[in-house]
Amino acid sequence: MKLLTHNMLTSHVRGVRPGGGFPLRIQATEVKVNSVDFNQEFVARMIPKVEWGALVEAAESLGHLSDLPPQLPPEYQSNEDFLRKVHHVLLEVEVMEGVLKCPDSGREFPITKGIPNMLLSEEET
Amino acid sequence: MAGSGRRPEHRGPPELFYDAAEARKYSQNSRMIEIQSQMSERAVELLGLPEDRPCFLLDVGCGSGLSGDYISEEGHHWVGMDISSAMLDVAVDREVEGDLILADMGQGIPFRPGTFDGCVSISAVQWLCNADKKTHSPPKRLYRFFSTLYSALARGSRAVLQLYPENSEQLELITAQAMKAGFTGGMVVDYPNSAKAKKFFLCLFVGTAGALPKALGAECADGEESRQATFTNERMRFRNAKGRSAKKSRDWVLEKKERRRRQGK
Repeated sequence: MKLLTHNMLTSHVRGVRPGGGFPLRIQATEVKVNSVDFNQEFVARMIPKVEWGALVEAAESLGHLSDLPPQLPPEYQSNEDFLRKVHHVLLEVEVMEGVLKCPDSGREFPITKGIPNMLLSEEET
Repeated sequence: MAGSGRRPEHRGPPELFYDAAEARKYSQNSRMIEIQSQMSERAVELLGLPEDRPCFLLDVGCGSGLSGDYISEEGHHWVGMDISSAMLDVAVDREVEGDLILADMGQGIPFRPGTFDGCVSISAVQWLCNADKKTHSPPKRLYRFFSTLYSALARGSRAVLQLYPENSEQLELITAQAMKAGFTGGMVVDYPNSAKAKKFFLCLFVGTAGALPKALGAECADGEESRQATFTNERMRFRNAKGRSAKKSRDWVLEKKERRRRQGK
């Protein structure tokens, strides 16, 4: 699971407060770094959609902060160095094994072979 | 599991139907791969994405990631979700570029509002019309799917869902739940005159009233011209008017060509 996906993923267990299922806490046991082609336009387009605080927190917890600043710098669209760092964190760092924990209900979603299991039981839907 | 007819939905729930043996077909059977790729290509075309702008797409029922391959080729990024872990294993083995998630679309799309620039789904939505567990209610699961999909899509984006409806009631059920969730749009039927090439695409719009795209091979099936008789000054000879043209004649060849074209061949 890439951190871009993590930044968009929410918990959908029944009874979670609106907006309470985000961000899922990552407890990773295996992290991999893949190289992905850099596409400046795509990264610049995704940044407004990304919850910056959640991304920095997730990257830090995996030990791949890559010097991301705690606040989004102004005029990042033309700052290629910065976009390359964001690209690395968003698309190249992948959680292979671990657990995602819903911050509201405490429900845990296991990640195996890089695929988070978001299936719910009948009582949770 | 009582099997009836040839529809896979009747044989059992998708997470059991798409087991390792079935999943292998999607990486080895060239005919299946070709059909899947063609439908994905058409679905992405119907999405009407802006030219040369990389988008973030969702693939519902991504399976082994065949449709994802086409999306990646077009330069977009994607996330795929599927209920069958065997199919996702094939996708991992094929080293697809998108990110994968094991999830049931009937339980909702677990993403933040406005995440995706579009959604494609190939041959998946009809599975929601079957109740595989005692607690399943198809209309409720369809509504949950469409309402969460609506919120996960960015304003002005589209969802193109290719599906195999079993009958017209099923089609109506699916469309009604989609409209209830707030979507606009409708069904695009490619090659409506052919039994084999006929394909249903449910094209849904979020927040815009775009015109429905044209179906392929349906020139005479839509439009005003076919609804009213056109005036012609020509007098028809009785022999011609009676039925088909004489075999192997020029008219016969042209008619046959036209008929085959309509069927998408």
